[in-house]
Amino acid sequence: MKILVTVKEVAEAADDFELSENGLDIDERYLEYDLNEWDEYAVEEAVSIAEETDDADVEVVSVTIGPERSEETIRMALAKGVDRAIRIWDGTIEETDLLDVEARAEILAAVVADEEPDLVLTGVQANDDGFGATGVALADTIGFEWAAVVNHLDLDVAEGIAHVHRELEGGVEELTDVELPAVLSIQTGINEPRYASLRGIRQAQSKEIAPYGLSDLGLDAAIVDSPLSLTSMYEPETESSATVFEGDPSEEAGQLAELLRDRGVVEA
Amino acid sequence: MTVLAAAEHRRGGLRDVSYELISAGRELADALGTEFYVAVIGGTVAEFAEQLNREGVDVIYTVAEGEEFNHGVYTQAIASLAADLDPAVVMMPNSVNGLDYAPAVASGLERPLVTDVVGFEVTDGVTAVREMYASKVETTLSIDADRFCVTIRPNEWPGAEGTGDAEVREHDIEIDDSRVRSTVTGFQEVGGGDIDISDADVLVSVGRGIEEEENIELIEELADTLGATLSSSRPIVDAGWLPKNRQVGQSGKVVTPDIYIAIGISGAVQHVAGMKGAETIVAINTDPNAPIFDLADYAIVDDLFEVVPELTAQFG
Repeated sequence: MKILVTVKEVAEAADDFELSENGLDIDERYLEYDLNEWDEYAVEEAVSIAEETDDADVEVVSVTIGPERSEETIRMALAKGVDRAIRIWDGTIEETDLLDVEARAEILAAVVADEEPDLVLTGVQANDDGFGATGVALADTIGFEWAAVVNHLDLDVAEGIAHVHRELEGGVEELTDVELPAVLSIQTGINEPRYASLRGIRQAQSKEIAPYGLSDLGLDAAIVDSPLSLTSMYEPETESSATVFEGDPSEEAGQLAELLRDRGVVEA
Repeated sequence: MTVLAAAEHRRGGLRDVSYELISAGRELADALGTEFYVAVIGGTVAEFAEQLNREGVDVIYTVAEGEEFNHGVYTQAIASLAADLDPAVVMMPNSVNGLDYAPAVASGLERPLVTDVVGFEVTDGVTAVREMYASKVETTLSIDADRFCVTIRPNEWPGAEGTGDAEVREHDIEIDDSRVRSTVTGFQEVGGGDIDISDADVLVSVGRGIEEEENIELIEELADTLGATLSSSRPIVDAGWLPKNRQVGQSGKVVTPDIYIAIGISGAVQHVAGMKGAETIVAINTDPNAPIFDLADYAIVDDLFEVVPELTAQFG
């Protein structure tokens, strides 16, 4: 069995960030890169399936669309037990925002065609652009079944079914049987992502990260042409009308205590 | 050329986002100078159609297939409606179920998709407004296409009201069962147990800013001192530091206490959805730009590790 996990390196913006000069992104100096939070759970799920299953031949392969910088993040996934990695990038991709879900799905579909996985795990969404659509779009493109926002997974390979819980709103879970092969988008909290062990980190150094460009995947450069373009970025107007308690921590706490007493929270 | 929105229902009832879709869809249809249609798929469609008949809806299409949401049925139903109606815009909710079918609808129709939209600007073309970088910035995204799909963020548009005079049309389709490969076997309520945070008058709520599991104690002490109930945002529950029944937010509980004290909580939209109905909101956070302050009535911009012990001491 083979499990393909899509992972993305995402940027988190510092609290005191500034926009870049062209106004279309956050200034690079304020960005810190890390593995997407949702993808950490997807990686953990894939690796623990590989560990727990009787079939000794479960291979976990990660795929990333990202620049060379992202190899550091990919190594962390390798250190946690992913067997090998694929990284897709070239000059054509670099010149686009890659906001178009369809383009991402087409690129990943080409990898699926090469790798022929039985199961694809993605994160529910990426921390940075938050589109939340790649997994399901990929499933439709490659003809796999799918389930979005999965927070419990029980794989029955013999039956060819994934028994999943989908985390709906308001504390309700939907129990669903999904035919394999499938793409599942993994929600945070489904498991406890492990820390990489020193041994894992050492082993990761010798694991393969295969670099591919669009042409290596037999894709035409035109697939990244997008009808969507980012035209502006700005800080949302703050509408705060809060009364701010000022002073040192003791004074701030004192004013809040007074408010709470006034409101009858505790006996004055 | 029309705008077509897909309503959402679960376990026999329409969800609020259905009425918000009517407001957003009507707004966009007006800007584009077109008609606005609503589709409702599965469940008691005739009854749903009656409820969806609010001001601004021109036609309601009912597709009587299945009881609950199933993405295999939804994608086929919308593809069939799109083939008949050729809508310029297919609008869906950015809900958990919306995320489960909207990307497949867009992919199947070969249209671009913009998700989690919080606003539209229409000039020569349509521009969608959406957030990025964990709500730290807003962006505008121009859509250079005559036909596209969008999902709209819940709780951004007001729910449509009033009684409309929409025509209701039944839309029959032949479902290809080979493309329905998921089966819903049931629903399960989670987060039950010893405590119901939605009953509490005062909630002391802790978020990611607490940093370590052992620091939760600090907040517990405060809650005990105040006679308040302890709750949290999602990351605390994901990390296993507090049980699921303590989680406030979209996927947890919706709470409306008299006083809600948010400590080390930035105020992500999913959290806000669960507590914005609190009568008085107090926020303690180091980041002056944290979205929680937009909502707060009282604010302390400082380190929780300094303020919270001081606050507990005030009642000692």
